[in-house]
Amino acid sequence: MGRDGVPVARGAVIRAALREAFGIPGLVLAASYLGFGSLVRETGFPLWFGLASTATGWALPGQVALVELAALGSSLLVIGMAVGLTNARLMPMTVTLLPSLRRPGVGSWRYYAIAHLIAVTSWANGMRETPRLAQEHRFAWFATFAVSLWTITLVSTAAGFFLAGLVPKPVTLALVFLNPLYFLLLFLLDLRPRSKVLALAFGTVLGPVFHWLGGEWGLLATGLVGGTAAFLVNRALPKERPAPPAPVGEAPDDV
Amino acid sequence: MMSDPLILLAALAVAAAVTYVWRGLGVLLGGRIDPAGPLFEWVGCVAYALLAGLVARMILLPIGPLAAASLEARALAAAVGLGVFLLARRSLLLGLAAGLATLLLMTLR
Repeated sequence: MGRDGVPVARGAVIRAALREAFGIPGLVLAASYLGFGSLVRETGFPLWFGLASTATGWALPGQVALVELAALGSSLLVIGMAVGLTNARLMPMTVTLLPSLRRPGVGSWRYYAIAHLIAVTSWANGMRETPRLAQEHRFAWFATFAVSLWTITLVSTAAGFFLAGLVPKPVTLALVFLNPLYFLLLFLLDLRPRSKVLALAFGTVLGPVFHWLGGEWGLLATGLVGGTAAFLVNRALPKERPAPPAPVGEAPDDV
Repeated sequence: MMSDPLILLAALAVAAAVTYVWRGLGVLLGGRIDPAGPLFEWVGCVAYALLAGLVARMILLPIGPLAAASLEARALAAAVGLGVFLLARRSLLLGLAAGLATLLLMTLR
């Protein structure tokens, strides 16, 4: 260990990443993917569908949207647009995290591979932890941390799927309920900027209304109409007071 | 409801592609785009509105398995989970546990 508890040897960096992944971030993700696995089974989809979604999607909002839309029998066009819009936030996240991981002489395929493991939890922790490490250790830290989380979510997806078949019905229902509850709480972890609060409010009101009006198109319409309205209203309102200067990658303690 | 494995596979492939494309573009474009610009502000708004709509629908008008729990059970469980989360200094774990326990108690009767 070096100054301020920052690990300096490669082995210590990897151990630190494992400890972090199997701590609170892993527990919270395990709980939410337990809910996802139960949702997959209770919606009537096979285990391979849930596992493949976790392996290839690895961003829970898009995965839950996929299951819900597939359950409605939505067209591939609607699924592609809704999941794509839900996950578009991954692009600015990748753009902001990668500079911290880059180092000269490393093949670009590694960055394309590791980008698959950038999602809310890995990003928030990566933004906070990697700048504290020496340049040559950052990629190893992030890869270890993110692959560990990815493994935890795959195991939890399967566990949730099997659990839903074993436990009494009310317990299964409670597990499925973890899906909306997780997002509800995640939204409230950080209520900045104002445009986000407006978008959440508009989406909450429009979601049920557009679902009732529009069936499979309801979710997409909620995002486009509610989101665009939030964007425009935010621009029309007096300029937001700038947030107190936050350290780069500031994240709530337990995500 | 989809059940044909080929259609499920196609849906998965579409979802995986439209997810990875953003991550890949992030690597490709890197410093040439401004993640704090108006385009991404709009994109963020659309994503949050869509997700909030999904959550509201899952709690208020569920189409899937949650329809088996009553509206009161779902609303109370969400409220208790939220309350505990806020009281416990925004602990996701405690909030999730409290909401889960409440739904369980409400549906056990």
